Amino acid sequence: MSYLPKPRLHHPTLPKNALGYTRRDYEGAISTLCAGCGHDSISAAIIQACWELSIEPHRVAKLSGIGCSSKTPDYFLGASHGFNSVHGRMPSVLTGANLANRDLIYLGISGDGDSASIGLGQFAHIMRRGVNMTYIVENNGVYGLTKGQFSATSDKGSKAKKGAVNTDEAIDLVALAMQLGATFVARGFSGDKAQLVPLIKAALLHRGAAFIDCISPCVAFNNHEGSTKSYDFVREHNEAVNRLDVILGRQPITAEYEPGSVIEVTQHDGSVLRLRKIAPDYDPTDRVAAMNYLQERKAAGEIVTGLLYVDPDPTDLHAKLGTVEVPLNRLGDAELCPGSAALARINAALR
Amino acid sequence: MRALTATNDFVVKFANVNGSGSASANTLFAKSILRMGIPIASRNIFPSNIQGLPTWFEVRVSGEGHLGRRGGVDLMVAMNPQTWDRDVAEIEPGGYLLYDSTKPLPKSKFRDDVNVIGVPLTEMCNAAYTDARQRQLMKNIMYVGALSALLQIEPAVVEALLGEQFKGKERLAQPNRDAFHMGRDWALKNLECPIGLRLSRLDAVGERIFVDGNTAAALGALYGGATVCAWYPITPSTSLAEAFERYCRRLRHDPETGRKRYAIVQAEDELAAIGVVVGAAWNGARAFTATSGPGISLMQEFVGLAYFAEIPAVIFDVQRAGPSTGMPTRTQQADVLACAYASHGDTKHILLFPEDPHECFAMGADAFDLADRFQTPVFVMLDLDIGMNDWLCEPFRWDDARRMDRGKVMTAEELEAGRTFGRYLDVDGDGIPYRTYPGTHPSKGSFFTRGTSRDRFARYTEHGPAYVDNMQRLLRKFETAKAYVPRPVERRAAQPTRDGVIYYGSTSAPMREALAALERDGVHLDALRVRAFPFHDEVMDFIARHDRVFVVEQNRDAQLRTLLTIEGCVDPARLVPILHYDGTPITARFIRAAIADKASALNVVPLRKAVP
Repeated sequence: MSYLPKPRLHHPTLPKNALGYTRRDYEGAISTLCAGCGHDSISAAIIQACWELSIEPHRVAKLSGIGCSSKTPDYFLGASHGFNSVHGRMPSVLTGANLANRDLIYLGISGDGDSASIGLGQFAHIMRRGVNMTYIVENNGVYGLTKGQFSATSDKGSKAKKGAVNTDEAIDLVALAMQLGATFVARGFSGDKAQLVPLIKAALLHRGAAFIDCISPCVAFNNHEGSTKSYDFVREHNEAVNRLDVILGRQPITAEYEPGSVIEVTQHDGSVLRLRKIAPDYDPTDRVAAMNYLQERKAAGEIVTGLLYVDPDPTDLHAKLGTVEVPLNRLGDAELCPGSAALARINAALR
Repeated sequence: MRALTATNDFVVKFANVNGSGSASANTLFAKSILRMGIPIASRNIFPSNIQGLPTWFEVRVSGEGHLGRRGGVDLMVAMNPQTWDRDVAEIEPGGYLLYDSTKPLPKSKFRDDVNVIGVPLTEMCNAAYTDARQRQLMKNIMYVGALSALLQIEPAVVEALLGEQFKGKERLAQPNRDAFHMGRDWALKNLECPIGLRLSRLDAVGERIFVDGNTAAALGALYGGATVCAWYPITPSTSLAEAFERYCRRLRHDPETGRKRYAIVQAEDELAAIGVVVGAAWNGARAFTATSGPGISLMQEFVGLAYFAEIPAVIFDVQRAGPSTGMPTRTQQADVLACAYASHGDTKHILLFPEDPHECFAMGADAFDLADRFQTPVFVMLDLDIGMNDWLCEPFRWDDARRMDRGKVMTAEELEAGRTFGRYLDVDGDGIPYRTYPGTHPSKGSFFTRGTSRDRFARYTEHGPAYVDNMQRLLRKFETAKAYVPRPVERRAAQPTRDGVIYYGSTSAPMREALAALERDGVHLDALRVRAFPFHDEVMDFIARHDRVFVVEQNRDAQLRTLLTIEGCVDPARLVPILHYDGTPITARFIRAAIADKASALNVVPLRKAVP
């Protein structure tokens, strides 16, 4: 972490996006996390993704629960409204916020304790409701703020810093999200920004429940020999199934690809997800096959990353409910109050 | 044998089996009396069960217009063999027992001091119908027919009601009409009609409506501009959310697209329900949840967040008997303290106490203005008695000139003009800061909402003075609310008195009746109906003006009395608790007896005059 606030001055040659914003315009307050924390890399990837997509920062609502990961929304997109809510309950708050104004972009930031332990129920229900959002779990397999207890995503057999070995099964949030109906599921690694940034971009463009499980080593409490969430272990066991490029509009294809080595998925907003295959025969639009593949590779001890599943034509909670296009928070008295004449009819029916 | 005689002043109780289709017949009976211009008060007494357990429906006919439960039964319609003995035992001496006489019962099953009226309902149904379900359902309509003869209900009124109920479904209307007349004709032919209890047309209902509090509160939320409802099913609040959905379907669709101007989420639990409400309200929508005691317990953490982060939320608490699962289908006013001080840390919340469905509607709408104005949770404290029973009350009223009060919300234009925005900055001394909705302005007005301590500009801090500054402002805000919440209603005694009584919520109707009776007994009391917390200054003035104030409540621990004692620094000895908490609605008889008893016990009469 850095103790000195960066100067507000921008270098005149800093690149600008379509809105004329530099990356600095997407930054937030100074992080108070430990130096080298994976979470800060994820914040940087979020900043990069939003900048590259030319998203207006104030049109993003950032919501989180409680924990190290949940502190991070303060450290990016300073011009966005943020909500650091209660432990494990960010999904319900995000659902309500989304219902109130369908026009904003919703970014939910959570951790493994927040989503897999105390908040597993809410995690499950927001996925099955298909709330239009990007939900990132910064997964380090450990409780950081309370100094090193196992979390529910700690792998069985993983060793804690003080030597205890985890004997419980790990909760696999990716498998859960797929089973529960999330329409975009990915796994990234905070140490691989080149892979993570396009995943976040694709998720932000996705118009349904998008979930990214991002392995994010805890340098203070879970980065030692014997941990399955350390930088070294994840680098060694990381098996990417694909490499993603997010293409907006009609950008020309500049790279040459081997025939059959690329899958293109056009999302509802027109963005194209170009996936360079690494695992042969992996089709991220086939949910059942993807689930099978993930279970197989997990059994082989691999950590599968990449865009694991995407439904190019998702639905979301507003579509299911059939709400009006105008955000509910903009409806006024005329649209909401039926008035005294309607009430007189109601009274008459109650006599 | 003595036979009770009364016109337009008696209690009829129906003992039925849950799920036997008796509810609609009983409602028909109740409504037919209302249509004759005679006030009634009806109550369902039902178990936590869907089918098979006993259920009762009680109708108090009161030409004088008493709407509380009276206590005692003058005519029992005993249709449930399971509860026969206790039902028969409950009848007042000289009262009446109507039963299905198809199967003969031994003489020991009856009472000598009760007038027995046998109607062979099953026999008649079996003769008239072949379908088993129809035999069951029509039995209910048949006893309404018999009662119409025995009590002098005008048959034309019943016919009209059946016509309305089955409008457009003639196939269903006719068999019901037939069954009604079958019962009526049999009674006219075989029984002495009418009995001593009689109905006689009045004009005492006026423009009043007959509706349950949950429906009324739901309509209040609709008129108040609520767009997001998140809830988890729990008795006795479920019908509130369901009524909201029902009326929204009729009144809240975009006329052009047919799409909804509302969103209802049946959440996975109460924690999620209040979470959705907090998220929606943070984002500028009017949002509410409906729940009962156990839900209130589960929502505590979020309520504290909403209080501290200053987010509006409306919570309808339809109270039932606790603690824990308690008696889920019985009424109480036992969540007063749990709501007033909900959540850990120092918190205080606005509570509203509607007395009947009319006020459920009014306060249901007002709650959203208050929540927005004060950026804080507001609890509307119904109870099962108000929420799930139909009450005769003043019609709902709405002023078309009324506009939603969204409170202090800073707009993009104001931000652009350079107005200072501090999320927790008190600019005018009322303790209420400005807020902005997310997405308002590209570079101004954003802030980070959190349950942790922060300064006036929403920046995280654990600095003691900044924390105290904020907590003091929250107190100031609560103080400001006193003048905005509904004022108490005072009713002066016929003659000057040093004694007073305070009451609230569903105690109101029996209290009015008890006050009149006490007056006849020579006990004079000034009465104050508390309608909200924080207490208006008039509440404390009322206590100060009296030597002794009875506080009538439907809970064991005198919760409102505790709140009055704490918040008003009142000497507890001056507040005399009158408590009823067996799960049944409090009655005028109970209040009258309890106050008379305490009044005499507390009146210390000196044996000898003190020597001057």
